[in-house]
This record gives sequence, structure tokens and C-alpha cells, in this order.
Amino acid sequence: MTTTDKSGDVRLSGIGKTYANGFTAVRPLDLTVPQGSFFALLGASGCGKTTTLRMIAGLEEPTSGTVHLGDQDVTHLPPYKRPVNTVFQSYALFPHLDIFENVAFGLRRRGIKSVKKQVEEMLDLVQLGEQARKKPHQLSGGQQQRVAVARALINHPKVLLLDEPLGALDLKLRRQMQLELKRIQTEVGITFIHVTHDQEEAMTMADTVAVMNAGRVEQLGSPTDLYENPNTTFVANFLGTSNLIEAEVDSKTGDDIVLKAGGGKLVLPEARCSAPTKAGGKVLVGIRPEKISLTHADDAGEIPEGRNRLTGKIADASFIGVSTQYVIDSPVCDELAVYVQNVERDGRLVPGADVVLHWSPAHTFGLDAAQDIDAGVETVEEEAA
Amino acid sequence: MSTLTEAPPPLAPAEPAKKSPRKRGRFTPYWLLLPGLLWLVVFFALPMIYQASTSVQTGSLEQGYKVTWHFVTYWQALSEYWPQFLRSVFYAAAATILCLLLGYPLAYTIAFRAGRWKNLIMILVIAPFFTSFLIRTLAWKTILADNGPIVHTLNSLHILDLTSFLGWTAGDRVLATPLAVVCGLTYNFLPFMILPLYTSLERIDGRLHEAAGDLYAKPWTTFRKVTFPLSMPGVVSGTLLTFIPAAGDYVNAELLGSTDTRMIGNVIQTQFLRILDYPTAAALSFILMAAILFMVTVYIRRSGTEDLV
Amino acid sequence: MPFVTWLKRHLVVIAGVLTLSYLLLPNVIVTVFSFNKPKGRFNYEWQQFSTDAWKDPCGVADMCGSLSISLQIAVWATIGATVLGTMIAFALVRYRFRARGAVNSLIFLPMAMPEVVMAASLLTLFLNMGAQLGFYTILIAHIMFCLSFVVTAVKARVMSMDPRLEEAARDLYAGPVQTFLRVTLPIAAPGIAAGALLSFALSFDDFIITNFNAGSTVTFPMFVWGSAQRGTPVQINVIGTAMFLVAVLFVLVSMLITNRRNSQKA
Repeated sequence: MTTTDKSGDVRLSGIGKTYANGFTAVRPLDLTVPQGSFFALLGASGCGKTTTLRMIAGLEEPTSGTVHLGDQDVTHLPPYKRPVNTVFQSYALFPHLDIFENVAFGLRRRGIKSVKKQVEEMLDLVQLGEQARKKPHQLSGGQQQRVAVARALINHPKVLLLDEPLGALDLKLRRQMQLELKRIQTEVGITFIHVTHDQEEAMTMADTVAVMNAGRVEQLGSPTDLYENPNTTFVANFLGTSNLIEAEVDSKTGDDIVLKAGGGKLVLPEARCSAPTKAGGKVLVGIRPEKISLTHADDAGEIPEGRNRLTGKIADASFIGVSTQYVIDSPVCDELAVYVQNVERDGRLVPGADVVLHWSPAHTFGLDAAQDIDAGVETVEEEAA
Repeated sequence: MSTLTEAPPPLAPAEPAKKSPRKRGRFTPYWLLLPGLLWLVVFFALPMIYQASTSVQTGSLEQGYKVTWHFVTYWQALSEYWPQFLRSVFYAAAATILCLLLGYPLAYTIAFRAGRWKNLIMILVIAPFFTSFLIRTLAWKTILADNGPIVHTLNSLHILDLTSFLGWTAGDRVLATPLAVVCGLTYNFLPFMILPLYTSLERIDGRLHEAAGDLYAKPWTTFRKVTFPLSMPGVVSGTLLTFIPAAGDYVNAELLGSTDTRMIGNVIQTQFLRILDYPTAAALSFILMAAILFMVTVYIRRSGTEDLV
Repeated sequence: MPFVTWLKRHLVVIAGVLTLSYLLLPNVIVTVFSFNKPKGRFNYEWQQFSTDAWKDPCGVADMCGSLSISLQIAVWATIGATVLGTMIAFALVRYRFRARGAVNSLIFLPMAMPEVVMAASLLTLFLNMGAQLGFYTILIAHIMFCLSFVVTAVKARVMSMDPRLEEAARDLYAGPVQTFLRVTLPIAAPGIAAGALLSFALSFDDFIITNFNAGSTVTFPMFVWGSAQRGTPVQINVIGTAMFLVAVLFVLVSMLITNRRNSQKA
């Protein structure tokens, strides 16, 4: 697998889709997926991620823009002429054909006569050699999923598209298949574009994640990048949980911005702020729950200097084994989430206790306060349900 | 792994994509519809119009017919044949109710109680279809024969006295009476009741019965409050599939009845094929169609299952 | 009172079995009387056992001729109605077009119309056109009333088909024609087969519409009708019994085959 080979690059330029009824599924967007990468399109249902995928597959015709595979413009090629294959949501295995014929389907349509060896090798790769003569409905969900992958991969596509491929599996199987897919992708080196609404799935599997919302790409980057330094409230809330606190810009000292929130001061590295920072302007200060430490108010003196601090009262605490999740009622924000690892539990941290929350300024991020502070929150809850 | 790391086989066309978007077959549905719909228009809709026009013609077979807007034909047809119209509606209604009463337990048994016999019973319900219905109807002549065991039993139990009193039978006979005709109609259209009933009963989740029982409903209450309402689509389509053909039928009245049990179908058939009074026959047929369409529409509206079609 | 409890618990099943016997009784009679040796012209009363009719099923003048006409009409009507009906069903499920509602009612109405009305109106059309009544007018009528049933059967099947299957085929290098032949058609096949089977049964057994539009052609049901007036030969019962047995055998064999196929692969 040569990394200089660009023939598997997927380049979308100004691609958009508006349906006849006026609904815009995808606003014109540009996106380049480099050859050999594992790319995830992440977003809630209806955000346009599946439509984008279908336009790459050729199952949906874009209303604007072009799709390039390497140097070839494939915008107007029908799906059966594109070197791209799809693993469909709920697999779409042909119910009237057995597993062998399902996997051989693509080869046969391209006029390849001797398919036996290839199909058998492919079935062995996905550990289904024994099941070749069964019908799809006789297999379990996980097995069907592997058939769908085999059926697509056997064609050596330049790009493999996966449309929520693990959505129908139960949690344990999903974890297992995530690793399996990742392994296959590393082995074959084909570009994978994976559509999912499950942020954990996107983060575990993909090298690069594009978060989509309302037909637009909100942010694109590596999973750690997106998580540690989200650029919008949607990304901050959709990927994991974020505490967002409204604050006012006070002053700048070197590379840091000093902000006023409630009575206290918070420090934010300027590089980690995606919002314009003008003295007196509003900014949303973000901090992930697990980055916060909790100290009982009586021990406030022991907190080292230079950390951002807030005071509050524990409203609720739930013990979940590895960690304890606290909800803190604070003057600057009613419901701050704090996750504390259960290393040494402080018996005084019970609901009603006064506490000080503190964290390293380097973990703080800043967002434009002109956005909806709750964007992306509800969707996470719906999806979790 | 070797298969996957080999160079991919070349895909057929690598030619640059053309600028023009793919041609979507915008007229495809019309081409698909055309032959079949043309058939229905020419041989179903058009004949209705011809029939309507025939019904207002006057003339004779020898001199030919002309459209004279002679609506009096309708009035004459109605005033002469209203007993047959009424009889058709009564017989068809009676047969429909009997079909529902007889068919429901069987459909229920197949759906919930048959276990591994399910498929066999289904075959037994459908298989008689493959013997010509006329042959099977003629068999009723044997079953209901005057000196047969059934009539004998009914006679000795004095049931026939009761039915004669009600006007359903005549003397100690069953054949050539309204009862025989209704019995034949019920028999002929019973599968059309059972199949839709079964289809909608089968969709009911068996756990609903358990849930109802769990919530203190006795079996009969469970049936009234849960099972029956949920099977309504089947009841509605079953009654329609039974009533409509029964109302227009003349085979049972002819084979199992007498001149006193003639239904409107018999009249239309005789007018058309023997007396050759086309205007009257067309008018009768038109009235029957209008009456049935009217009743069906009202029925579907009232039972609230308009998505039946 | 264990008997009363038993009775109460199984009341529905008992009623169901009674209905089933009501449905099957005529078939039993037809079968038994195919071994009868009647005295007069009518075969309504049991006389004595005989296998004469079974040995010579075509021994009655014109009966086997009418049977062959009925079979021919049923085959052609099935082909015609299945092809036209399948096309309509695909158009209805797969495409958006104007006048959908009108098309749907045009398909529904023939099923909601008493046969005698369709029969009579079709006859006025043929009379007005001066058409020669016979084989072809019967065939035209049969295709007409079978069409709607095919549309309904195929429509149900195509509607329940996952459109992603066709997309998957196109994604796997099958062009439009290949997609139709390799994926759409095989998956729709059970619906089409059901429609065809129903057409065959409806056409073969039709009497009312045929009777109006047959002219001097005699189909098997018309022969039976005529014999009810003139005298019923035992051979009618032989044919009826044979048809019943063939149908049951056909269903049983096809069930056995599917069962075995499933158990082999499981």
C-alpha cells in the first residue's frame, strides 16, 4: 500500500443536495478523504451524512458540485460504473441467494467466470467459510454484517462506503465488529468512509472524523482534536459531554485570555479559543467533566495556584464503578458535570456539600457565545435511549 | 490476504463522465401502466358506459335500438322487480352474517389454536376452490335431498316446522327454499370471509391476550375488548368480499332454489340471455351496481377503514 | 365437572372444526358420488358402488372438449393477466405519477363489482361492436377480471421489498437490466406466482361472466351448468375429485420440498 498513490482520494467539491420538495439535505460542501484513510462522517439522523455517502456511491445525484475519485470525475457515473462499494445499513443481502452467491455477485456482474477461489478466500477472511451455502436469514446479525463487508470488499473497490454498518447489532457485538473492521481496513489499506451517529464508534475507528450538522460539516479533525478542542457548541456537546459557562473577556496576558465568570476569574489559552476575543465581549468557556477535580470547601487552601476554580454545591452524585458522576450547582451554571475517578474517595463529597471545582487552564476551550449553548445536547440523549 | 492485496482488476469503463445527467425514465411508469389500464378501460369502464347508454334506449331486436333517454325503463324495472332486489339484499346479508358467525371461530382456531395443524387446515380451507364451484354446489342437492339424513333429522326434531313457520322452508323440504339458497351462498363465499379474517387475526400479538388476562379481563372480555376490535379490518373486508358477490349471484338460486327464490342476478341473466330485453336488463344491472357501490361506500365510511383498498 | 370445563376451553376449536366440516362436506359427497352408479340421468342419490366413471372419464360427449377449452383459456388468461398486472404493480409501487388515485380505483372497482354486472355490461359492449362471441371474448373477459387480483398480489410483495436490495445490486456492478433480472424479479417471484395461481383458479372456475360472453363456446363450468338441467353424468364428479386431489397433492409436495430445502441448509 503506497501512500503516494492518490487514485483512492475522494474529493467532493461544492457538493450539495436539495430535493424536489425543497428540502436541503446537504449544503454545498468541500471534503477530501485521502487514499487509505479511515474516515468517519458523524452526526445525528437527518444531518445529511447518509445523503453525502449516497452521492459518493452514485445512488443519489447531487444538485451541485462534483465528486472525484483520484483524477476521475465520477459525478454523473451510475453506481454500477463506479469503483466504489457500499456496506448498507441492515446489510441488504439478497434473500434469494445463498452466502456464496451474495459474495460472488459483484464479480459475476463484471463477467468474471471463475469466482470460487476468490469467494472462498474472502469468506475465510471474514470467518464464514462454513456458511457458504446458507441463506442470509439463517445467519446471525453479526454474521450477516460480515457477509455484507465481504460482498463489498471482494470487488477491490477504491473506496468502501459503510452506512451505519453496526447499527443493528447489540452493544457487545458492535464493539467486537468495530475492532474487526478496523483490522480489515488496516490489512487491505482501502479508503473507508464510515457513516455513523455513534460518536464513540466514530472515535474508536476513524483516523479522521467529520462532524455533520444540518447539512454542513461543523468540524473536521482527528478524534482527539475534536474532543479536546471543539470549535462549536454542537461538537462540544455531541462528542461526549461538555460544561459550557458564559464568561466575559477581561484582559489578555501573554498567550492567555483572562475571563470573568460569576465573581471569579478563569484563564483560557488564546490558541484554544475559536471565538473572537475583544475586551468586554462574551465567550463560552468549555471544560470536559473528567478534567475537573473536586475538593471539599474545607480544604480549598490545598489547591495549587494557577488553576481555574469555581465554587459550588453538590446537587447529585451517582456511583458507576470506575468513576463517580457529580452534578454541581454553581453560581455560574446550574448543572456542572464532574466525573471523578474512584481512586481515593472523599467521604465528605455527598449531595449538599460545598465544594471547589478546579482544573488546569490548558484544558479549557473557548467558543463563540453567539451560538445555541445546547446545540447537539438533545440528540445525544435521543441516541442513547 | 493475498486476494485483497493483489492489484484490483480493471473496472470496465474509465471514460470521463459525460456532462449530461443520467436519463431518468420519466415516462417509464406510463409505459408500464398503459397496456393493463387500456385493457381495463376498454373492457371494464367502457362497457359500463355502453350499459348506461343501453339502459336508456328503446327499440326492438329486429329494428335496432336508439338512445331516446327513456328513463321510464328504470322505473318499470324497479316496480316490476323490487321483490327480487330486496330478496337479493336479504339473502346476501343473511349469508354474510352466517359466514361471519361460522368463519370467525375457524379463522380464530387457525390463527391461535391450531399449532402444527395450521398449514394443513389452511390447505383444507383453500383446496375446495380447485373443484369447480358448480360441482360442489350441486353436491348440496344430495346433502339436502328430501329423503336424506339431514332433512330427516331436522324433520324428526321438528325444526323444519319452525323454519316453515318463519317462511325459510316449505313443508318438509329444504331444497327449493330460501334456506337452501342461503345455505349455498354461505358455503360458496365462506372462504372469502375466513381468509381476510385469518390474515388480520394472525397479525395480533398473542401476548396481547396474556396482557389482557393479566389486567383482569376474562376470556370473553378479552375477545370483546381486544381481539375483535383488532380484527376489524378482516371483518370489514371479509363481509365485503362475501356480500358483494352474494348479492349478484344467481347460481345458488338457480340450482338450489325455486321460482320463489329468484334473485336479481337471475332476472338480469334471463332478461339478457333469454328474453333479450337489453334495455331492461341493462337498467337492472345498473341499479344493482349503483346500489352496491352506495352500500359499500357507506359501510367503509362507517367502519372507518378507508385504507382498505 | 371436568367435561364442562373441557367443553368451555375448547368451544372455539369445536366450532372451528364444525365450520371446516361444513366446508369439506360437499367435497366428500363429490368424491363418494364419483363411485356411484345412478339409475336415472341425475347423480344425486346413492345407488351402488362402481368404478365405471373412473375407467372412462371422457365417456360423456363434449365434456373433455369443454375441459380442454377451459384449460386453454385459463392458461392464456393467466399469462395475459400476470404480465399486464405485474407491470401495473411495479408502476404503482416504484413510480410517482399523476392520476394515481384514478388508477387505484380503476383497479379496485372490478373486485368490488358483482360479476353479473361486469358480465352484462361486457356483453353490451360486444353486442354494440358486433363482436363474434366465443373463445376470444371469454379470454378478454377473464384477463380483465384477473388483472386486479394479480396487481394486488404483486403490489403487496413489491411493497414489502427493501429498495436497498436494488441499490446494493447497482452498487455491485449490475446495470438496470441485470438488476431487474437478478434481484427484483426473483424477489418479486412469490407474489407473481401467487397472482398467477389465483388467476388460473379464477379463470378456470368462472361461470357467470363466461356464461354471458361465450356465444356457442362451452367451457367446463358451462358444461356442468348445462348438465344440471339435462342430467349430471358421474364423470363430472370424477373430474371434480381429480382436481381436488391434484391441488392437495401439488400443495403438499411443494411444502415438502420447501421444508426439506430449509432443513438441509439449516
